[in-house]
Amino acid sequence: MGLNGMNKVMSNKFYIAFYIAPALLLLLILVFIPLVLSGYYGLMDWDGIGEKTFIGLENYINGIQDKLFWNSAFHSFLLAIFSTLSLVIYLTVSFILASKIKGADLLRKIYLIPMLLSSVAIAQLWVKIYNPSNGILNVFLMSIGVENPPLWLANPSIVLFAIFVPILWQYAGFYILIYYAALKNIPESLIEAARIDGASAFQIATRIKLPLIKEVVSVTIVLAIVGSLKYFDLIYVMTAGGPNGASEVMASYMYKLAFANYNFGYGSAIGFLLLVITLIVTFVIRKLTATKDKLEY
Amino acid sequence: MGKKKTLTLLSTAFALSMLLTGCSDSGEAGESSGSAEKEIKFMHLWPEGSSKKHFDVVNEIIAEYEAENEGVSVDLEVLSNEQYKDKLRVLSTSGDLPDVGLTWAAGFLEPYVGGNMFAPLDDVIEEDLSDAFVPGTTEAYAMDGATYGLPLELNIVSLYYNKAMFEEQGITPPTTYEELETAVKEFNDAGIQPIALGNRDSWTGSMWYMYLADRIGGADVLNKAIDRSGSFEDPALVEAAAKTQELVDMGAFVNGFNGLADEEAKSMFMSGQAPMYLIATWDLPNFTTNESVPQEFRDSIGYLNFPTVNGQGDMSSFVGGPGVGLFVAEESEVKEEAKDFAAYFVKAWGEEAVTKAGVIPATKVDAESLDLPEMYVDILNELNGATNITLFADVQMSPDVAQVHLDSIQALFGNQISPEEFAKNHEEALSNE
Repeated sequence: MGLNGMNKVMSNKFYIAFYIAPALLLLLILVFIPLVLSGYYGLMDWDGIGEKTFIGLENYINGIQDKLFWNSAFHSFLLAIFSTLSLVIYLTVSFILASKIKGADLLRKIYLIPMLLSSVAIAQLWVKIYNPSNGILNVFLMSIGVENPPLWLANPSIVLFAIFVPILWQYAGFYILIYYAALKNIPESLIEAARIDGASAFQIATRIKLPLIKEVVSVTIVLAIVGSLKYFDLIYVMTAGGPNGASEVMASYMYKLAFANYNFGYGSAIGFLLLVITLIVTFVIRKLTATKDKLEY
Repeated sequence: MGKKKTLTLLSTAFALSMLLTGCSDSGEAGESSGSAEKEIKFMHLWPEGSSKKHFDVVNEIIAEYEAENEGVSVDLEVLSNEQYKDKLRVLSTSGDLPDVGLTWAAGFLEPYVGGNMFAPLDDVIEEDLSDAFVPGTTEAYAMDGATYGLPLELNIVSLYYNKAMFEEQGITPPTTYEELETAVKEFNDAGIQPIALGNRDSWTGSMWYMYLADRIGGADVLNKAIDRSGSFEDPALVEAAAKTQELVDMGAFVNGFNGLADEEAKSMFMSGQAPMYLIATWDLPNFTTNESVPQEFRDSIGYLNFPTVNGQGDMSSFVGGPGVGLFVAEESEVKEEAKDFAAYFVKAWGEEAVTKAGVIPATKVDAESLDLPEMYVDILNELNGATNITLFADVQMSPDVAQVHLDSIQALFGNQISPEEFAKNHEEALSNE
């Protein structure tokens, strides 16, 4: 079938529906229906097993007044801020990698490795690194004469930041890859022209390249923030939100309520609040980073 | 991973398990219509990969049962611990519980009993199993006057210690709190972290607190605070919290215990980095029969009953509780057979489990007549002479309160709250129920 035949098929409404249906169906069953259901379960007093009792908005009102929830929301927002700030580092690294330095190819692959590991493996790795007595980090600190090295995962005032490190490390490769691809897409002729006009490397980076990949940057900001707000895995494995809630984030709090406390109704309500918060933040970020003029090379 | 992904994951898991159970249901319906055989569905949580010995014991019992009972077959499904809990939950919402399965005591049982999912088993106990269980074990499965589980395991908590390390430092194993204090000081002076504790899983710290409360205030004070015939602000319970912090402040526990998982603490004890470790009998095989643990280490491990405090306390009073037990589904189509099988299983389980899988069973066994490692015989004798077994606090409490308890334990050990606040948190959570 040539290109013509393909076009004919794709213009037939039936075929369009036929090709879209499976994905749409899965999306409906696995995402949208559960979303609506969790909003609905939030209206119930339900332990997840027995009878549901309708209690109206009580769960949502409790959620809004729940100090522990806002505490975990604060931690999620902190993570969002740190993830966004770290984008600057990733961007810088990508600029260097894209500027034809020696070994850029190898370095790019090295940065990608954490992304290839499963979250649980990363969590286990960092739990070992942070081990207060036998971990490589504290063994090193003690060997250079630090007498009481920090108790990374046990001290409530540093545990959150100790977990941020592997989270940011985990996603570095992902963002570097995106930026790298975007930078490689900029036509060489533009750079050439700038160079002939006498622009320095720094000027080329900030005045030519950066504006050209603005769209990509704004997408990564949204990805980083939304990803942070709903973040769950490393935290769950490394500390389960502890000690005493010091590393609790919104998603781990939701999980704890629904599955450890058997408070499925309340957990669902918290989950729904998390969704609402994420939607609002995404909307605001999109507004703030929107670019009107369309770029053409 | 957050809301959407979790939801997707959860719903995928949900949908998948629905699909799976749906499939297996129809498959079995086809089979059973072909023959007149009755089939009991049995689900347990000892997969061959991780719990080979348990797995084999179960299979032997099933084979014997099937041989003795013509026309009844047992259909087995095995999942690992966490998956088992999840699946049980999903099956319960769709009314598809297995005919016989495993459950935990008290708090875990509550929603299932509340939803009328489990059958009362008092008739089975009276007919077949009267006087079979260690006293105090079936009670943990009782609710509103009926018993919903037949306990299989019994775990009691003891202070395990490394005799070699104590001898090397010339320290006497502690039988009183004062001796424990001395031991802690001397080990610290020798540059050894005294007690392995993984309080990220805060039920471990809870065991320390519970024992201190038991020794200071007697066996009943904690139970009464939980069942609301007493108060959590009882002076004994506050003092136990203060004693806990005293231990923390003198450096009794390993560095960063609040960030360590129990597994990590255990490995510190097992590698000779810390000489003391408070844990329940489920770890006995590691100290006796487990071939993958060096013989030298196993030979050097002893156990102590928890020390007395201020000269008070009954050293034969234990913290512990039954582990898993059997339930029979209320909606089972082969309920009579299922009950019969459950009773048969419990009777066969005791001796088999302790000799082959190293489980301390909840049924009485004659320790002297069995070929068991010495530590088993001692502990089984200890059990026979036990004056009291206080059920693990987080099992005794309802899930909501248990969470408050576990969080407060972490905060108490981390010196984030005072003993008074610790008691107040509990009192509030308990009275809000």
